[in-house]
Amino acid sequence: MTSINTASRSLVPSDAGLLESTSRYGVGTHPNDRGLPVARWLTAVMRFPIGLAASWFVMAIVVMWALFPALFTSYSGTVGVARQQLRAPSAEHWLGTDALGRDLLARVIYGAANSLSGAFVAVGVGLVIGTTLGLLAGSARGRVDGAIMRIVDVLLSIPQLLLSLSIVILLGFGTVNAAIAVGVTSIASFARLARSEVVRVRASDYVEAAFGSGGTFVRVLLRHILPNSLTSVVALAALQFGSAILAISTLGFLGYGAPPPTPEWGLLIAEGRNYIARAWWLTTVPGVVVILVVLSANRINQSFGKDRT
Amino acid sequence: MSRYVIGRIGQAVIVLWAAFTASFILLQALPGDAILIKFLNPELGLGPEQIAEIRASYGADIPLWAQYLHTVSNFLSGDFGYSVQAGVPVGDLLLASLPSTLWLATLGFLLALVVAISLSVASALLPLSWLRSSIQSLPSLFVATPVFWLGILLIQIFSFQLKLVPVISPGPWEGFVLPVLTLAIPISAPLAQVLMRNIDNVMTEPFVAVARAKGASRSWVLWKHVAKNALLPTMTIGGILFGELLAGAVVTEAVFGLNGIGGLTQRSVGHQDIAVLQALVVFSAAAFVLINLVVDLLYPVFDPRLRSREGAVA
Repeated sequence: MTSINTASRSLVPSDAGLLESTSRYGVGTHPNDRGLPVARWLTAVMRFPIGLAASWFVMAIVVMWALFPALFTSYSGTVGVARQQLRAPSAEHWLGTDALGRDLLARVIYGAANSLSGAFVAVGVGLVIGTTLGLLAGSARGRVDGAIMRIVDVLLSIPQLLLSLSIVILLGFGTVNAAIAVGVTSIASFARLARSEVVRVRASDYVEAAFGSGGTFVRVLLRHILPNSLTSVVALAALQFGSAILAISTLGFLGYGAPPPTPEWGLLIAEGRNYIARAWWLTTVPGVVVILVVLSANRINQSFGKDRT
Repeated sequence: MSRYVIGRIGQAVIVLWAAFTASFILLQALPGDAILIKFLNPELGLGPEQIAEIRASYGADIPLWAQYLHTVSNFLSGDFGYSVQAGVPVGDLLLASLPSTLWLATLGFLLALVVAISLSVASALLPLSWLRSSIQSLPSLFVATPVFWLGILLIQIFSFQLKLVPVISPGPWEGFVLPVLTLAIPISAPLAQVLMRNIDNVMTEPFVAVARAKGASRSWVLWKHVAKNALLPTMTIGGILFGELLAGAVVTEAVFGLNGIGGLTQRSVGHQDIAVLQALVVFSAAAFVLINLVVDLLYPVFDPRLRSREGAVA
């Protein structure tokens, strides 16, 4: 009998049992494992990564905020309540109110939709354009490769913020435009990664075989090279999600994102700036929310990276 | 060696030219127009002919390719054009705002270096594992922090709560304390991450094991053997750090109301002042290319192993 069973009888897994069972078989994977479900569950709980779970929890909450904001607050995100300006956090307004009497929690909740959709657009732009460029460069090789990768070099040589500012003034201010501008700055890193992956996959035997059995260039590209190069590109997309939220909130703070009544996180901080002496919560809370979301996105991305290796 | 150097410089020049061309195409394709924004104002009461005249005086009516050639030759001779909004040459604007940003960036970078080195040394040497792991997670917290929020938070804490730094008309040095701190923290994050990873990598090298086996303490090994080897690869992120510094300067100057390159960038975006923005893009691309060039060329100087390999090839 393995030690996991003794542990299960006492319902408190001893350290030695835990170590042995996890190091040899992993949790609950032992073929003769007839321990009580509760015990197995307890062992699992003790090995449970709290940080990762908290990250998923934060992301789930924020996504719910973005999809169903009205479930979480009865206040409006844009219309203030008369004579309730600049109230400190209380039972009535959990996070206080701003200078126009708008509930801060409601504004943060309604702002989630803007920030998350912005980040999705940004990552989408970078992912689609960058991967396409990298795929073309890596499969075509030769002059096409050289030309595309020089363009990527140029994109890399312009600092991200300047590049996104140039694009923002080209497209005009606004939530979607700011998101596109942020997305363009990530094209270069997607293209580089996709190209290196394609070059790796291209050298493999099954691609040679596909070409040998009469596959056309486009067909082999779409059926064999693309699906096999995508894994690490998707991991990069998860990483870019966090930094896109940061970059979009920066553009919002500078005033190039959503126009004022819109509850966008960066804009909330910018608006709270004029009241830092009287109402600390107006700037502090949205900033903490941004940090938590970005940290969670990065932590989740890290766990994906660990699974693959 | 010299052929390698010439090749690297040639590449740098090509990237710079391409960055200029790309930004020219991008900015000239603008739907808005700084001249129209400034002079179409109804209060000025200018007729269409007068506006056309003003456009001609700025050279906005000649075909694009002629403008391009004109701008290239002007940039090469050090003439960066004329700011429509401020009404002065762009070169003057840049020169006026450069010193303040240069101070901010230099001090911020030095402080970031100090923070990053102390964090990574602490994460290698501290006795308690929970202390080590909490220090190791600090850089990812710094990465996730919005720079503008950090600046506002620092003002809130140090100026309003503790009343240490006056908000209104601080002295020349007092006014710099919070901006430098704001800039340094996000920049220290990538530096610390790279340093920590390098220290970890070097710690697994055989020569470290030999030194430890001979009885050297962990800190002695870190300072005498690991430090130099771990610092070298850190130089390669110079380009990334420059971008961070510039972006940080734009945001920091916006938060603290400083007049520098960052403030200039923000104003020129707001007014669609193409000439200024074009000069800024070329200026920063040049700085980026130059930094990477210097890092590449300095590598063999600092690392004798690379030098001998270069010699063997040549």
